[in-house]
This record gives sequence, structure tokens and C-alpha cells, in this order.
Amino acid sequence: MLSSADKIRLYKQMLLIRRLEERVAESYGEQEIGGFTHLYIGQEAVAVGAISALNNDDYVISTYRDHGHYLARGGDPKKFMAELFGRETGICRGKGGSMHLADVENHFFGGTGIVGGSLPIAVGMGLACSYRDDDRVVMCLFGDGATNQGVFHESLNFAKLWNLPVVFVCENNFYGIGTDVRIASALTEVHKKASAYGLPGYRVNGMDVLEVRKLCDDVVGLVRGGAGPALIEARCYRYQGHSMTDPGRYRARAEEELWRKRDPIPRLAASLLSAGLLSEERIAELEREVDDVCEEAVAFASDSPRPALSSLYEDVYNETYPSDPHA
Amino acid sequence: MREIRYYEALNEALAEEMRRDENVFVMGEDVGLFGGTFRVTEGLMAEFGARRVRDTPIAEAGIVGLAIGAAFAGTRPVPELMTMNFAIVAMDQIINHASKMRYMFGGQIDIPLTIRAAGGGGTQKGAQHSHSIESWFVNAPGIRVVIPSTPADAKGLLKTSIRSNDPVLFIEHEMLYSVRGPVPEDGEDLIPFGVADVKRSGSDLTIVAWSKMMHEALRAAEALDAEGISAEVIDPRTLDPFDWDAVLGSVSRTRRCVVAEEGWRTVGVGAEIASRVTEALFYELEAPVQRVGAVDVPLPYAKNLEAAALPNAQDIVRAALKITT
Repeated sequence: MLSSADKIRLYKQMLLIRRLEERVAESYGEQEIGGFTHLYIGQEAVAVGAISALNNDDYVISTYRDHGHYLARGGDPKKFMAELFGRETGICRGKGGSMHLADVENHFFGGTGIVGGSLPIAVGMGLACSYRDDDRVVMCLFGDGATNQGVFHESLNFAKLWNLPVVFVCENNFYGIGTDVRIASALTEVHKKASAYGLPGYRVNGMDVLEVRKLCDDVVGLVRGGAGPALIEARCYRYQGHSMTDPGRYRARAEEELWRKRDPIPRLAASLLSAGLLSEERIAELEREVDDVCEEAVAFASDSPRPALSSLYEDVYNETYPSDPHA
Repeated sequence: MREIRYYEALNEALAEEMRRDENVFVMGEDVGLFGGTFRVTEGLMAEFGARRVRDTPIAEAGIVGLAIGAAFAGTRPVPELMTMNFAIVAMDQIINHASKMRYMFGGQIDIPLTIRAAGGGGTQKGAQHSHSIESWFVNAPGIRVVIPSTPADAKGLLKTSIRSNDPVLFIEHEMLYSVRGPVPEDGEDLIPFGVADVKRSGSDLTIVAWSKMMHEALRAAEALDAEGISAEVIDPRTLDPFDWDAVLGSVSRTRRCVVAEEGWRTVGVGAEIASRVTEALFYELEAPVQRVGAVDVPLPYAKNLEAAALPNAQDIVRAALKITT
């Protein structure tokens, strides 16, 4: 059972992701942020509900839509914004950008720009856990598009074959960039794909953080206990386009409106208000706190220096040789 | 010194490193019960068990991806891809993930990973099973490329690869597995990366060659010797990092250079070596650097066509004579 403090923490985390992402959109418009930037707005309940079910030393690995995962894992908002701004103080020293956030101190092993690319890597981390016989689990978050990639199938097979502690969390937002899941996937109920490899497959309302958390508590517990890997399909919706450059012409406005009514943040607020766990005043206070964090993050990023040109040559290898590029 | 075969040297290196470090484990297709397609992992399952010698499904992208993840989490996996041909199936994991993640993440992680695979043609396996594609990987920063020609180099370099904290692609050659040579028994006799080996000294010409082509180069040097031409044969042994000092030092003495590789000649590693030698030693060279490589066609099956497509000692001799006489 979650305490009221836990629930308020989930609320605040979702709010932080939402508000920071709004600042990301603003800064992208101001050309402070470049490249591909995939916003997480709308899907906050999945990252927050799922990742909060883990222990601190469990492993988390993500995809290119990784902002929410990084933040839910406890990543520093300042280093996040600085990374997006391409600054030296960014979590990846300005080398990764939006799609490649990693925060190894928090056991967050990053985003990858290749759809499905992180799935076998997640299974490999599970293999290391099993090899060492520790009781960590790995959580691997990815989109519905990844379930049509070959490595998705290889990964589920490997994970089940070796009974590895991996929780696959598919965020089914119904679109792979602009292609409807019904056009791309012979089986649109992603959780059923688990059965081909003998994994349990679960479906959860990804717009309800408490439901996500409850299912993940149960599933993570089973996986940690040695039950083998599992697949969770969290049905959710991204309110923005696939990336900042996507006007989203392929979706019906009515559909977007319908999902906006299911917004996970007001939903939890309403539930906490009606249960008397939060007041309007406290909500306003939380919003101010979150806005301050966002303000600080943007200020920190824009005040930070760009990476020194000498850093261009650093971080390729752990061990360097004379034939490597040098400043 | 005792002599053993190339595959036995690799087997010794694996066994010694697995005894030395509990975090080292082997995985791949037929590496366990079967003992490895080329016998390199023979006996390892009996000694180390199925936990550390893992038979996998035929899923090369998965094999490499799993190894990357296991390396992230602190182990030292040594996946075998059976052959370089299947590295192409795993290309996304090798190039997009293994070679880039350390850099993309600003140096937050190390990926101590050694991918072993057999390359090369010459056994009539046809177009999809005869690749010498080391240049593809040398082209990409972030992964070391090790390509030994002798049993001693195979053992010493595999041990260095496994102890390295960076991803390594370790390319063996199908036709070298049965080659015998002296190999030190001392388990700490490692060969460092980025140090070329002069396999034969000479004064008129430098031949740069690796893997099976190093042996062709030695044969060519014998033939040239009969013509009164003294050829030096240099084996870089690792293509990334590369021992430019050794190659440039040798060519600055001999003033002539032939680069011989089994891969396609166009945009091969030889092109890079020829270019660097020319940039550094243009005014000292007596003749243009010559490149020997495979004909730019998919490797054919028929014995005579395959032989015509692959470079050999005679091709090296011809290239050498072109710039020495």
C-alpha cells in the first residue's frame, strides 16, 4: 500500500516531468535545443509509476523518448536541461543530447536512438544480475514501434530461455512516429506478444499512475523472486508530435481531445483532493516548487559554458593509444 | 619453445583468462557442448560449466546486445559470432551501441567486451561466408580491431583484448586455425595493442600485411629474395589502434611500400595505409605505394574463380616488382 506521502511524491514527479518538458519545448523554439527532441508529455504516469516500483540499485534502460525516464529515476533536472542545451555541465557532458541521456550513478543506462536497440542490452544486464546471483532486476522501457523490430523477439526469447530478471515495459502510445499501430503491427495488443515466448503479458492503463505502480509493484516482486521475465503493456498517449518537428497531422483532433481528458496529472490530483490527502493550496504550492526547479534548471543550463573543444576527443575509449585522435 | 596451433592458442587464452577472472565468460552459437565451430572453445564447458560457457540461439544482434548489457553491469563477456559474416547481422549493436555508448554518455560507462569472429575466404564458402570486412570496423571509432596472424599473436592479443576496458572486435581467420607456431606458456605474456611486429627484416621494400595475408607476404618475400630484392614484412596486428610509427619508420628506410589485405581493395584498410604513408613520406618514396586486395566482386564459389578473386603471394610479388625494378 502506498502512503499518502508516496502518492504526493508520484504527483510531484509527474508534474515536474510535465513542466520541464514544457520548458524544453520553449527552449527548442528559442533554438537553445537542437536535433531530435521527443517530448514525454502525456506519458508521465508510465515512467513515474513503473520506475518508482524499483529499488535504487536496480537497472533502468530506456529508448529515445527518455526524458521522463531519466527524471523519474531521480536524474538531476539541471544536468538534464544542460545536456539538452549542449553544455559542459550536462549529464553526458553535452555529447549525448535528448536521445542519449544516461545517469549511471542512478543506475540509468540511457536512451538509444535506434528503435528496439536497448532491448538486448537490457537482457544482458539481466544476464549479469543472474550471473552474479544478485537480486537486482532490470526495467527496460520502449515504445510499441520497438515490438516490430527483430531484436524485440530475440530479447524476449533470450530472457525467457535463461530466466533473467527483466521487466519489459512497452509504452503503447499507438503511433510509431506517424504510423498507427494498426498499420504497423499484425497484433495490436502488445501484451499478447509475450505469450509467443512464454512470458506473462500484462496490460495496464498507462494514464493512471496508481494503477501502473500497483501492477509494477506486483510484477517487479515476481521477477525479483525468480519468476523470470515479464512484459507489461502500458497504454498511453503522447500529447505532442513524435518529435519537435512533427505537426501531428495523422491524428484526429477528437482522438487527442479524448486522451487529454484522461490526463494522468489532473486525474491523480482529483483523487488526492477527494480523499483529502491534498488541498488546493498544497497543489498550488507544489506547482510553485516545481516551477522553481524548472526555472533553476533552465538558468543553470543557459549559464553553463559550452563544452571545451578539447573534450571532442575525450570519452571515446577508456584506454587511449597514440593513433587515437588527440586535441 | 613448444609449438601449438592457432586455435589451441586461442583456447589457452580463453581458459587462462576465465581462470584468472570470474567475470569473464563465453557465449555464442555452438560454443559449449559442440566445442566451437573451429574448436576454439573446446573443453571450456567441461572445465567452467554452462554458466560461464553459454550456448545461445542463432541470434547475432541479440548475442552482441546481451554482451554489451552484461559488460555495462560489470562482467567481461567474450561473445563468439562464429564468423564475421554474422557480424553484419549484429552491425547495429556493434556500431550503434558498443562503439558509441561510452562517448554518447560522456564517459560514464566502460564496455569491456571482446567479440570474437572468424573471417576470411579461401574455402569455397561463397559470397556470404567469406568476408574480410575489417575495414568497416576500422572506419568506426569506438571499437578496437585486433587481427592476429600467428598462434603467439592470437594468444597474447586475445588476453589483452579480454583485459581491455573497451569493446574489441577480435578477427580470426578460418584458414589459420590449424597453423602451428611457437607460443609462450607464461599466462602473463601479453601482447600490447598498437605494437606492430616485424615478421621479416628487409631493406628494399616494406610489405604491410595482416591475418592470412601476412603469411602470403612472407611467401612473397621469399620469392623476392630469389630475385635479389630484400622485403621487410610488417604485421600491424591491431588495425585500431594502429602502429603508424613502425610502418612509417620502416618505409622511411626502404622507401617502397606494398599493402596487402584480403578484403576488397576499394576503400580498404590498405587505402588508408597508402594514404597515410604518402602524406607522411611523399618526398622520400621512390615509387607510389601499391595496394593488393581482393577483386571487387562478391566471392564466387567455383574454386578457380575464388582463387582469382582472392589476393595471394604472387599478387604481392607482382606489386613489389612494379616498384622495385
